[in-house]
Amino acid sequence: MIVANSLTKRYPGGFEALSGVSFQIGAGEMVLITGHSGAGKTTLVKLIASIERPTSGSLVVNGQNLSALRRSAIPYVRRHFGMIFQDQKLLFDRSALDNVMLPLQIVGLPHREAVRRAQAALDKVGLLAREKANPIALSGGEQQRLAIARAVVNRPTVLLADEPTANLDSASAQDIRTLFADFHRVGVTIVVATHDQSWIQHCQGNALRLDHGRVV
Amino acid sequence: MRRWLSQHRAALALSVRRLLAAPFNTLLSLLAIGIALTLPAFGYVVLDNLRELGRSASGVQEISVFMEVGAARKDIAEIESRLQTLSGIRFTFVPRDEALKRLQKSEEMAEIVASLPRNPLPDAFIVEPADASPEALDVLRQELASWPKVAHAQLDSAWVKRFDAFLRLGKLTVLMLAGLFGAGLVAVTFNTIRLQVLAQAAEIEVARMIGATDSFIRRPFHYFGALQGVLGGLVASGLVFAALHLLAGPVGELAALYGGSFVLHAPGVREIAALCAAGGILGWLGAQLSVSLSLRRFD
Repeated sequence: MIVANSLTKRYPGGFEALSGVSFQIGAGEMVLITGHSGAGKTTLVKLIASIERPTSGSLVVNGQNLSALRRSAIPYVRRHFGMIFQDQKLLFDRSALDNVMLPLQIVGLPHREAVRRAQAALDKVGLLAREKANPIALSGGEQQRLAIARAVVNRPTVLLADEPTANLDSASAQDIRTLFADFHRVGVTIVVATHDQSWIQHCQGNALRLDHGRVV
Repeated sequence: MRRWLSQHRAALALSVRRLLAAPFNTLLSLLAIGIALTLPAFGYVVLDNLRELGRSASGVQEISVFMEVGAARKDIAEIESRLQTLSGIRFTFVPRDEALKRLQKSEEMAEIVASLPRNPLPDAFIVEPADASPEALDVLRQELASWPKVAHAQLDSAWVKRFDAFLRLGKLTVLMLAGLFGAGLVAVTFNTIRLQVLAQAAEIEVARMIGATDSFIRRPFHYFGALQGVLGGLVASGLVFAALHLLAGPVGELAALYGGSFVLHAPGVREIAALCAAGGILGWLGAQLSVSLSLRRFD
């Protein structure tokens, strides 16, 4: 499903965030990308999500070589991923429901169908009762759950998350971990960049540890 | 197709919401666009009225065909039958005796006419062509002058040419004004959309990350620009109507002083639709330029 071969990312100025990284993630697997700050976790997630492009090497997702993608094809590739960011990237000028509906509007789902699916996603993360609330009125944990609802509403094949439990209290972090486990159980491929120790200990067999841009 | 329509409907609804979200800003933008469109639109209406005035002015389109003094009745019949074969003209025959009578009625000429030993005037035809362009009139005049027993075909072409040149100059001025103020409209839309892109930066960034295409992001801005242009066109139409309403009285009085009557013609539905369409197209263009430049910062 996700195959990286000698993946290197060098930023302008010469800083090499990833150096010759190779790995393979099978369909339905849940993999944690771990490592200290600056190890290259976020860069790797961004490369998989096509937010950034590798300097060299190849990255194949669902049989598609992302390194060779035309610019115009990138949005369509991104639609296969559910993205969860550390800072959630929620829109505070609209309701929770409208935030979750955004990916469905992008693919042009009719309004009524989009509302139905967005409400189902909110229900899944336990926020249906807050559908009309502005995200600013939600707690940190609720905001992260809202971001997860937005990420899964389009039924992605891969769920990508960058530090989804950072800045959350232990109870909220546990809620998030449980949600990821639920999605994993139904066959969604999950890639999470995290330094959440309790999560890492729980998923020891499926961790990809990075150190200074290399797999260790 | 259903998805495509759904996306366009959503983009249109979003652009309407953005217009309504800041009513004061919207009003100011519409006024700026409306005024920019009013000047060329008003110029066009004035020219149209002048063209109409030129058409209705007596004598402007007439060609006088004077027969030779010795022309016989059959020569006159021959010219009459030739004129009947021409399409797009009307003509009247003025016999030389009637022409003399008309001259005698003139106070200044009566004494001179009375002193003449015989009628020096020729028989004549007054030809009124439907095509009043100077070129067409000149071609027709030359043709009529070449017919047998025709002594002279006279056209007050200098007046027609001067008037036509004036209209052409006016048309050019209106076109230049339209270009200038059209560029102004594009600039106003460009700036409005640039500010909107800045205000929507978070949404654009998130939408791109979760799979929005460039056209999805651009679409609401395009609709916004076009909608603003169309509404600006309606404002301009309103201003033109108001100006014509204010001018109608003085123009009528002026025409009455010259012994005539003249009513200013207001633009019709087609002209208003064309003005709104022009506003819409220019607004879309401004949005396209702005959004293309502004979105580069998100790459």
